[in-house]
This record gives sequence, C-alpha cells and structure tokens, in this order.
Amino acid sequence: MRQAYRIISVYTGDLSGACSALYELGGMTVMHDPSGCNSTYNTHDEIRWYDQDSLIYISGLNDLDAVMGNDDKLIEDITVAAEQTNPRFIALANSPIPYLNGTDFEGIARVLEADTGLPVFYIPTNGMHDYVRGGGLALERLAEKLLKRNQKNREERKGTEEENEGGKIRVNVLGMTPLDFAATSSVSSIRRILSEAGMEVTSCWAMGDGLDDLLKAPEADVNLVVSSLGMRAAVYLKKTFGIPSVFGLPAEGIRQEVLCDLKRAAEDKKDRFPCRDLRGKQQEGEKVLLIGEPVTMGSLAAVLEKKRGCCVRLVCPTEDCEAFMAEGDMLTRGEEEVEKAFRAGEYVIADPLYQPIVPASCPFVPLPHLAFSGRIFLKDMPDLFGDLPASCL
Amino acid sequence: MLVRKDRQAGEGYQVPIGQAAYPAPFKGRLEFNPPVHENWNIVHIGMRMPESRQIYVCADNCMRGVVLTAAEMNASDRFSYVVLEEKDLYEGNLEDVTIEGVSSCIEKLEERPPVVMVFLVCLHHFIGTDTGRVYRELEKRFPDICFLRCWMDPIMQKLGLTPDQKLRKAMLDPLEEPQVRDQRAVSFLLDNFPLEEESGLYRHLTERGIKVRQITDCQTFEEFKGLASSGLYVTRSAPGLYGLEKMARRTGGDYLYLPCAVSYEEIRQETEDLCGRLGIPVMDFEEREKECDRALERALALIGDTPVAIDYLGVPRPLGLAGLLLDKGFNVTRVYLDAVSPEEEQAFLDLQERYPDLLLCSTIHVSLRLDHGDAPETLAIGPKAAWLTGTDHFVNLVEMNGMWGYDALIRLSSMMEEAFLHAGDPRDVLPRKGFGCESCI
Repeated sequence: MRQAYRIISVYTGDLSGACSALYELGGMTVMHDPSGCNSTYNTHDEIRWYDQDSLIYISGLNDLDAVMGNDDKLIEDITVAAEQTNPRFIALANSPIPYLNGTDFEGIARVLEADTGLPVFYIPTNGMHDYVRGGGLALERLAEKLLKRNQKNREERKGTEEENEGGKIRVNVLGMTPLDFAATSSVSSIRRILSEAGMEVTSCWAMGDGLDDLLKAPEADVNLVVSSLGMRAAVYLKKTFGIPSVFGLPAEGIRQEVLCDLKRAAEDKKDRFPCRDLRGKQQEGEKVLLIGEPVTMGSLAAVLEKKRGCCVRLVCPTEDCEAFMAEGDMLTRGEEEVEKAFRAGEYVIADPLYQPIVPASCPFVPLPHLAFSGRIFLKDMPDLFGDLPASCL
Repeated sequence: MLVRKDRQAGEGYQVPIGQAAYPAPFKGRLEFNPPVHENWNIVHIGMRMPESRQIYVCADNCMRGVVLTAAEMNASDRFSYVVLEEKDLYEGNLEDVTIEGVSSCIEKLEERPPVVMVFLVCLHHFIGTDTGRVYRELEKRFPDICFLRCWMDPIMQKLGLTPDQKLRKAMLDPLEEPQVRDQRAVSFLLDNFPLEEESGLYRHLTERGIKVRQITDCQTFEEFKGLASSGLYVTRSAPGLYGLEKMARRTGGDYLYLPCAVSYEEIRQETEDLCGRLGIPVMDFEEREKECDRALERALALIGDTPVAIDYLGVPRPLGLAGLLLDKGFNVTRVYLDAVSPEEEQAFLDLQERYPDLLLCSTIHVSLRLDHGDAPETLAIGPKAAWLTGTDHFVNLVEMNGMWGYDALIRLSSMMEEAFLHAGDPRDVLPRKGFGCESCI
C-alpha cells in the first residue's frame, strides 16, 4: 500500500515548513493545533530553536473548543500574546483538526488585524503536506500581505535617484531555509558568490535577513530560487513586480552557467531553469540516483553529470516539483515507489535514513538532508553552494 | 528584531505562591515549547515493551516527531507508519485505510512481531472511526499478533486522559489473571525508570525473600506477560495508575501506588504500606532519616544561599521537594510548573502559608521565548529549570531518574553538590530526547 511505510523517515511537514520560512522575520507564527506539531517542529526541524529567539507558538487546542468552534479563545490568546511580545506581523497556520472542522482562518485573521493593528495572514497548511508546500505558502502569503505596500518596482525607479548607481544586478534569493540549507556557511556562501559575480543581494528569503530587507524585494532585478520552497514567492514577484526567476544553485561546477542565467534573465525578463536544463547531457554511463527536493538536487545532479560523466536521475519525493524535473526523473509518493525507483539505479546518493531500502548490491553515498533525517546528521550537512562532498564524485 | 513589551497584570509567567491559584497558577494561553526535550514521549515508553512494534496512523506533520524519536533512539527497525491524506477524511473509509495500512506494514516485515502497538490519532476521534471494527479485522487477519489499542490524541489530553496514560493502560491489557499467584513476588509496572538493584528499597525487599520483577528484566513478550503472576503490583508513576487499577481489577490482583514522596513522613507511610501488603517488617526509619539529614546538611554547607530552582520534569513532586529543602535551610527561589498536581495540594497550601514569596514559574508562557535565562547564578534541579534560568549548574534528571524514598534524597543531595561544583553542558544535553534512552545525536 502506497501510504504504508516500513522503515524510512518522512519529510518535514507543511506546518514546520511554514514556521521555518518565517523564523527570522520578527513575526509571530501560531500553529492552531493541540500539541504535537510544535514539539516536532522545534525538536527535529528547527536547528535555530536553542540559540535564536522567534515567536513560534501553538494554540493548545482542546477537544471541547474544537467541537464547539470556540474561535474566540484563539483570538483572545493571540491578542494577549501580541501585546506581550510585540511582533511585526502575525501568521496563522492550520493543522488537521481545524482543517477538518473548517475553521474560518481568513475571518479570524481579519478580526485579529482589527484588534491588534498588525498585519495578519493565514497560511493554508493542514499537516498533510510537506515542507516545500508549507514553506512555499508562507513566503507567498507574506509577500502578498506585505509587499503590496511597497510597490515601487524596477521600472518605476528608472532614472530616479533610487536606481542602483553601481549598475549591479540586484538579486532576491528565494527559498533559503535550514531545512534545505542546514550548513551554517550557506548564507555567507551565497552572498559571497553573488558578490564576487558583481551582483548585490537585495533580500534573502528567509535566512540572514530581517523583514525590512525582505520588504525591499520589489527593487530587485531577478530572483534566484534555490529551493522549490521559493517557487510560489517567485511566481508572485513575477506577477506583481515583473521580476523574473532563475531556478538553481550556483554550485561549484555549474556556477558560471547559473550566474550567466541570472544576468540574461535580468535583461530579457524570462525565467530560466538551470537545475533542469543543465542536465540530460549524459545519457550513457553509470546510472546514479539522487533523491530529494528538485532545485537543490537537480543542480547537484548537473554538477555530477559534468564532473563525473555519469547519467543522473532524480527521485523526487517532495511536492510541487514537477516543473523542475528533467526527462527520466521519477516522481515518487511513498516508500514503495522510492524502493522501486532505487532498484533501477547503479549508485544511490541519498539521506542516510534511506539506506535501509537501498538494494544491498547498490553502492550508497550518504548526503544528509535536514528535512528528512532532522538533526541526526547535522554535523555532516554539506554546504550545497560549495564543492560536492568527495564521496559523491 | 524582537522587542520585549510590558506584560499585562495577571498574565505574567511567574507568581509568588502566596498569591497563586490552585491548581492553575497561570492562564491557559498560547504555548511556547522550550528547547528541552529530555522527557519521555509515547515512543520511548512503548519501546520498553519487549519484542513490540509500533505502527502509527496519522498525518505527515504529526508523524515526523514520532518517526524521528524512534530514529534518534536507533529503534527505526521497530517502527512503521501509515500516512493519512485529505482524501481519507472525505471518503468515509478511514477504517479501511487504517486496516489496510497497518496490514501492509505488518506484511512487509521479515519477522512477525508477537505484539503490535497501533496508535490512532485525533482525526480518528473526530471522524468517528469505528475502532472496534478496525481491531476486529486486524485480529482476524493476524491471529498470532496481540494488538494494543494506543492513541496519539493530544487534543483530548486537557479534558481527559493523556496519550501517555492510555498507552500505559494498553501495555497492561495483555496481562491475564494468573493460574498461580506468587505472593512472595512484587511487580513494579509502568515506570520509565526501573528501581535500581542497589537501592535501599530493592535490597530491603529481596533480603526478606521478596522477588522483585520489572519490565526491564523481560527479554520477551511472554516474560512480560508473566509479570501478572506476582502477588502485588506497584507503580511509582502517576500516569501509570489508571492502567494499573484497570489491570488489577481485571486480573484480581492487589496493587499499590507508590509515588515519589519527598517528606520523611510520607516515605514512612508508603514503606509501611508496601511492607505490610507483603507481610515483611519495615526498615529502620530513624537510621535512614539520619542518613538523609547528614546528606542534606553536607550539601547545604557547600551550596549555602545559592538560589535553587526545581522543575516538574526533573522531580514529580517539585513543591514537596521545595518545602523539604526550604525547611532544611536551602534558598529555594523558584519552582517551575504549569499546573499543580492534585498530589501536591497539601504541599501547595503549606508553602503558601510558610513561604509565600516562593515563585511559581511557568515553563510554557509566551514571554519565556524572550525572558529566559534571567537567573544564571541559580542551581537548577531539572532540565527545564536549567534552560529557563540560564544556568550551567544543574542536576540533570527526569522523573527523579527512578530513584525513590530515602535513596532519592541522599542521591539528590550528592547530585546537587556535584552540579554546584561542576558546570554541565546544557547546549549539548538538554535538547536530547528521552533522558536515559539511547541517542544517536
């Protein structure tokens, strides 16, 4: 049965993805849930929880309030908490029981906005999707709610003193969360790479930058989407401000190609997909399988094809990833499908918690991913913007 | 950038006990979860059952916490699950999805486990799942397996039984009335931490011919079921009492709740009760109490007026312990808890009268996200007190580490001395799950 899992892990859920995406922005994120989602998030999905304060809370919903539809308690509790902690905004995340009950979060958000005077938005999670979906929705809703107040786009700035005097290409980095980029050097790496290429980071969604930085996003020339988690925000920025996107990592091995795509996209306003389009050059040779989120893993696949001369296929178990898949990649749902996909490979690169379902005859290279194995292999998480671990090459 | 704001009256995270309400000193609001994860959850507790496999049936986000709990304790090979999707809520067939999913998990196993714990969740309650049908069908398909009816339904826990209580009850469901009952044996049941063989109570019992049996002695499910044959069942854990009562009634056995008492008087009473039921003499109380006094005096001489904070996770009777330590001259300034246990009502009232300035502090109040770490000079007893005060000097223990009675007080005194003299590494220790369990992080 597709929904039955014998032994592998499960990807970070949508609520955790939403909380992770908003973590550093000074807002308050409230999971409307009894208990478990909060502890799961801050134990396994949030490596900043011990060292960096962020207003992530749970409502502690009980059965009586859920059955009686006692939304007043949620509204009052959030209002009191906002008075005590002074957030920049409030985000409401849904979970299975309020989802089942049909709780009117949009209405609750309107009431809260009137009561607190703060921007309030709803993230339509339900605990049944993965972090790509949840984190993506969170960044999209944040953009919808807050960026429209700062709509002076690139065209409007032309010829004014606000225009970038140095002529540098200005870049929004979209989709950065520790769930895909757990190595502590990740943020400084991407900034350094763009800076060395003569570009400027306008905002990084959402690690290392605060809300004020993100509010400058409409001023950018191009988006660099480093995880499919950033796709929804990218679509919004294109639709609203005309900013095109490049989907891929400027990782060592394909860096020049990705940077070149950024420059071209800034000029012709067209989206580009190096995580997909740089691949498929090798149809012969050893068949390597790489599993995970497709923008990061697709970029690494392109690096591998180039450096190792092998034929790499992606196994994509995350949601919202169809647009990034190349020919021969496999969309999988559930342990059985992943296990079947692994049988087709001659060499597997994956998170160590996949190893129990990799055929014993197939060489296995561990590539830890926080969104799959949590903090277990934290010390071994590679900086995806740097060189691939030697074991992969 | 986060900025603190003044709190409204009555909404604070701490209150002098003299002004505190019983049993809820703090209003139930949004909850913050400190980065302290040493408590045992249902995965840890369930793994105590020998030869068992746990199968969870729930949505992605809830699933991840239990999956990785098992992985971190290197027990993924005893854990399976079924992921629920939106369609399962709409199509009216959650029973079928549960039955087929659990069956599929079992069929994939190379070896059939004798006992499977099936954990259903909040969604099953709210959809009105016919759990009777689920288990009847599973038992029909797998007659060689004992299915335990477990729950991961925290939405019910504030007004009803907790998942922990239900699990402990389910773990005793396979125990049956024995054909022969050994009146010279006692089974300690449903405690996370065993009663140590070196402890005074264990030795007192065994030296008088009483056989002590515990789940940690059992290698197989059959051996576990054999725990029912003792003449007396004992639990030292409050969440175990509900299940123990049910089991004792069903099997016709005698049972005793032996909570982690901290006052000499209560330790005497409980010991007398236990020994009386077993028909053996009690120990020399006066001698043991003198030992406790000497240990506490020695600790006090070293620790002096250093502020001491106690939390409910480290010590099941935090108010009782606060009272004892205050009476002995320690400078206990804070007790971390979010509700006062009914077992501690008298201790609460005593402290209100005699030490009204003692602070009761929440562990989940929203302000604690910003206001933690304000008392680093404190000696903390328990991991939550350690993080919330910000001290590096802490006694790292959960549920008193299973220590009981006079031994617990003597050992705790020595742990306080050790913690006072040597800083620990809270950043490394406190986020680890399930204190005492295997951990691969």
